[in-house]
Amino acid sequence: MGIAELLIKVALVVIIFLISLVIAMYSTYAERKVAAFLQDRVGPDRAGPFGILQPLADGGKMFLKEEIIPTNASPFLFIAGPSLAILTACIGSAVIPWGQRLTIGAYTFNLQVTDINVGLLYIFGVISLGVYGVMIGGWASNNKYSLLGAIRAASQNISYEIAMGLSIIALLMTTGTLSMRHIAEQQSGFWHGHWFTWNAFSQPLGFLIFIICAFAETNRSPFDLPECETELIGGYHTEYSSMKMGFYLFAEYINMFVSSAVMATLYFGGYNFPFMHHLGLSENWVSILGVIALFIKIFAFIFFFMWVRWTIPRFRYDQLMDLGWKVLIPLAIANIVITGIVITFFK
Amino acid sequence: MEPLSNKRKVLEAKPMTFLERIYLPAIFQGLAITIKHFFRKPVTIRYPEEKREYSENFRGLHSLKRDEQGRERCTACGLCALSCPAEAITMIAAERQKGEENLYREEKYAAVYEINMLRCIFCGLCEEACPKEAIYLDGPHVQSDYLRKDFIYGKDKLVEAPLNQ
Repeated sequence: MGIAELLIKVALVVIIFLISLVIAMYSTYAERKVAAFLQDRVGPDRAGPFGILQPLADGGKMFLKEEIIPTNASPFLFIAGPSLAILTACIGSAVIPWGQRLTIGAYTFNLQVTDINVGLLYIFGVISLGVYGVMIGGWASNNKYSLLGAIRAASQNISYEIAMGLSIIALLMTTGTLSMRHIAEQQSGFWHGHWFTWNAFSQPLGFLIFIICAFAETNRSPFDLPECETELIGGYHTEYSSMKMGFYLFAEYINMFVSSAVMATLYFGGYNFPFMHHLGLSENWVSILGVIALFIKIFAFIFFFMWVRWTIPRFRYDQLMDLGWKVLIPLAIANIVITGIVITFFK
Repeated sequence: MEPLSNKRKVLEAKPMTFLERIYLPAIFQGLAITIKHFFRKPVTIRYPEEKREYSENFRGLHSLKRDEQGRERCTACGLCALSCPAEAITMIAAERQKGEENLYREEKYAAVYEINMLRCIFCGLCEEACPKEAIYLDGPHVQSDYLRKDFIYGKDKLVEAPLNQ
C-alpha cells in the first residue's frame, strides 16, 4: 500500500467518523422535531434559526454537568460502560460501502474503509458487542433499576440476534457472498431482466424480520424496555450523569445510523439508484450521486425509526420475548426454507 | 350480586382474527394517523412573543375604579369584604376632609384597602356586592413573587391610574 492510498484511507476514516458523529448529533435534534411535528407542536426553535444550534447547546450542557460516580459503584467498569458503548457504535461503519469507486487524478479508490470478505459477520460481531456497554454500565452502577435494565437489554439483544441472523442467512443464500461491497454491486440499478434488483423485493419477509430485529437491537421503541422510564427510571443509565450519559444516548443514535446504513445496503440497493446506467454521466458523477442516494435512504430509515417511536406503545416484556422466540425465529426459518425451495426449483 | 342498574353489558372477548394477531395492519393504521399530524399546523403559541387573549369574562386582578372626574368611587362601606368568601379584603375607612373633594367622590373613603392575592379565589362576589361600581376584576392574572407579604396588594397597586395622566 502506497503512502497516497494510506492517506486516502485515513481521510476516509476521519470523514466517516465525523459524518456519523454529526448525524448522531443532528438525530437528537431531528428526533425532537419529528416528535413535535407528529404531536402538532413546533419543537426546539430557540437556539439559532429553527433551533439548529440545539445539539451544540445540549452538548455544552452535557459537558458542564457534574460528573457523579456513585460511592458503591465500581469506578473502572462504570467508566468502561459508556466508552465501550460508543466505541462499538463507531467501528460498525467501517465495512459499509458508501459509494462506487472514485477517480481523482491517477488514483482510483473505493468509497469504503475496508472491503473484507466477512463484512456482514463483522457487523454482526460489532453489533453484538454493543450490548456489553449496556450490561457493564448497568452492572457497575450497583443499582437495582440499572441491573434490571441491563438484564433486559442483554436478553433482548440475544433473542433478537438469532432471528436477525436467520433472516440474513436467507439473504446470503440469494447473494452467495458476505462482502458488503459485492452485495451492493449485485443490486446495481433498479430493474434487471424481469424483476427488481434490490433485495427488499426478493426477500420481503426477510426484510420485515430484519427491520423488526434492528429496532430491537438499537433499543428503540417499541423495544426500548432496557431504558423504559415508567418502570425502571432510566434503566441502565439511571446512575449516569454528564457526558457519560451523553455517550450512551449518542451511542444509541450512532447505532441507529449504522443499522440504517446496513439496512439500506443489504436490502435497499445501497448506493444504487434507478436509471444509474442510463444517465450518460461519467463514472465519478454516478459515484457521487450514489453516495447521495445512499444517504437519502439512510435518512429515510432514520425518519422511519423516529416515526415508529412516536406512534407505537412499548411492548410488555413477556410479549417481547414471545415475539422474538415464538414468532420471528420460526418465521425466519420458514423464510430460509422458502428461499431454498425457490432457488432449487426455479433458478 | 344484584345489579344496581340494568345497564349491565356483558362483553365478549372474541379471539383475535389472523389480521389482528399479526399486528402489522394496526401498526400501519397508527403510522398513517401520526403522519397526518406531521403535516398539520402546530397549535403552539410561542409565549413571550405571542400572548393568548384572555376571554371576555375572565376574572383577573382587581382594580379600584375612578369616576368620570377622576375621583375614587370607593366609599369604604365594607360590603366587598363582607361578601368575600375567602376573607381576602380588609380596609380602614376615613372621613373626607375639606379640599379633598377632587380626590374622593363620597364623604367617606378607604384610607387603606388591601387584598391578599393568595387568599383571593377570583369569584367576583366583591364586584357584585359593590353598590358604587368601584371594584372590577378586569386586570391580567396576578404576577408571581418571592415573599408572602408581597402578595398583599394595597391601594398603590389596585387603584386605577388618574384620568389626566
